[in-house]
Amino acid sequence: MALELNEAQELFKSAKNGDRRSLSRLMTSIESGNIPNLERKQCWTLGITGPPGVGKSTLIGQMISHWLVKGHRVAILALDPTSPVSGGSFLADRVRMDQADLSEEVFVRSIASGSNTGGIPNYLGEMCFALSECGWTRILIETVGTGQYDIRIFGYAQRVLLLDGPDRGDIIQAEKAGILELADFIAVNKSDLPGSESAVQGLKLSLGLSENEKRKVHLVSALEGTGIADLISTIDSCEINDSRRKIRMREMLISNWDSLLLNHSQIDLYLEKLCSGSITVNDAINSMVREIISRGE
Amino acid sequence: MRIVIAKPGLDGHDRGAKVVARALRDGGHDVIYTGLRKTPDEIVRIVNDEDAEVLGLSTLSGAHDSLIPKICQKLKISGLSNVVVFAGGIIPDRDRSDLHNSGVRAVFGPGTPTSDILHFLEEVKSRKNKHQEVGVGQDPGWHWN
Ligand SMILES: Nc1nc2c(ncn2[C@@H]2O[C@H](COP(=O)(O)OP(=O)(O)OP(=O)(O)O)[C@@H](O)[C@H]2O)c(=O)[nH]1
Ligand SMILES: [Mg+2]
Repeated sequence: MALELNEAQELFKSAKNGDRRSLSRLMTSIESGNIPNLERKQCWTLGITGPPGVGKSTLIGQMISHWLVKGHRVAILALDPTSPVSGGSFLADRVRMDQADLSEEVFVRSIASGSNTGGIPNYLGEMCFALSECGWTRILIETVGTGQYDIRIFGYAQRVLLLDGPDRGDIIQAEKAGILELADFIAVNKSDLPGSESAVQGLKLSLGLSENEKRKVHLVSALEGTGIADLISTIDSCEINDSRRKIRMREMLISNWDSLLLNHSQIDLYLEKLCSGSITVNDAINSMVREIISRGE
Repeated sequence: MRIVIAKPGLDGHDRGAKVVARALRDGGHDVIYTGLRKTPDEIVRIVNDEDAEVLGLSTLSGAHDSLIPKICQKLKISGLSNVVVFAGGIIPDRDRSDLHNSGVRAVFGPGTPTSDILHFLEEVKSRKNKHQEVGVGQDPGWHWN
C-alpha cells in the first residue's frame, strides 16, 4: 500500500509538470483507490446531465471548441453505465466529441459507472481535484443520464447543466427528482428539430411556478452549433452558488455511504439471506455496518 | 481489461468494429470506442488518455500495411510499449508476418467468432499475470495466430 501511495505521489508530481502519460496513469491510480495528497482547493467543474440520447456528448464537443478559443484547457470525465449482467461497459461518449481529438489541450477520460447508485463513482471528486491542480481549467462531467439517481452529480460538480430535448417526458424524471429545481443551467437541445420550442415553453412553465425564478432556458443545436456561445457566456458568468453546499455534501455523503454498502465483501451473502427470509433488512444493515466499522473503512 | 477499439483509415463502415466492441463488453471488459477515421496520432493519444491495456484496430480499406505499423511505432515511442495490439478486418495471409513484426499479437479475419477474441484476451491476461511480455514494443516471441 505504502508503495502504491508513493507511486501515486510520483505520478501526480510528473503530471503537474505536464507529463500526459503520468496524468492518465494517475487517473487509473485514483480509480483503484490510490490517491495522492491533493490540496482539494475549489476547482472549476460542470456536470452535464439529461436523458440518454439528448445530445450531452455532442454539446460537450461544441463547448470544447468555444473554451479552447478562450484559452482554456478542457478535461472531460465521461460516464457510461456498467452492464449489471457482464460487468463490462461500452464507453462511446467520445465518438460524439470529435473536437476533442484535435487538440492537446483536451483530455477525455471515459469511466464505467460501476455498481454505484446514480452512476457516480465516489472517486470522481479526487479526479477533479487532481485535474485542476494539473492545470485543467474547465472540468466537465457527463453523467449516465438515467433520471432520478442523477441527482448525485450535485455532490461532485460545482455547477450543473440540465439538458433536455424536443421530446418531453424524459424530463419529468428529472423534475421529480429535483434536478430541474437544483440545476444551475437549463438548455433544450436539437433546436433544428420540431418540438424544441414547445419543450422550452413547457420548461418555462414548470419554472414559472416557482417564484424568484431567474434562470434562462437556453435553446441550442449541438448538431449545428447554434446557441452555444450564449450558453457558454451564461455558464462562464455564473457565480457559484454557495447555498448549495449542504445539498452537495448530502449527495456526497449518500453516495459514499452507498458505495461502502455496495462494495461490502459479503453483500451477496446478505442478499441471499434476505431472499430466503433468514434475516431482516434491519439485521443486514446492523451487521454490515458493524463489519464496516471493525474493518475501519 | 480496458480496451480501445479504433478505426484508422478512411472507410466509413464501423458495423464490424461495433459488433466486436459490444461482444467484448458482454465478455466483461470495459470497451472504449473511438469512432471513425482516426489518424495514428489521434489513436495513440486516445490509448494514452484512456490508459488502455489493449488496442484493437479494425480496418477494411487495406490500410493495414501502412497505418497499423505506423500506429505500433508511435505507441512504442510514446511510452506505450506495454499496450497489447490486435488487428481485425480484411488482412491477406501474406501480410500477417509483417504485422507480427510490428508488434501485433493477433490478427482476426472477417468471419472470426467473437469468442476467439475473448479467448485471445484471456491468454493475454494470464501471460501478463506471469509477467510474460505481450506488449507492442516488448519481446516479439509470442503471437496468438
Ligand atoms: N437533430 C439533432 N440531433 C442531435 C443534436 N445533438 C445531438 N444529436 C444526435 O443525437 C444522438 C445522441 O447524441 P449524443 O451526443 O450521443 O447524446 P448523449 O446525451 O450524450 O447520449 P448518451 O451518452 O448515450 O446518454 C446522436 O445521433 C446525435 O447526432 C442536435 O442538436 N440536433
Ligand atoms: Mg453521451
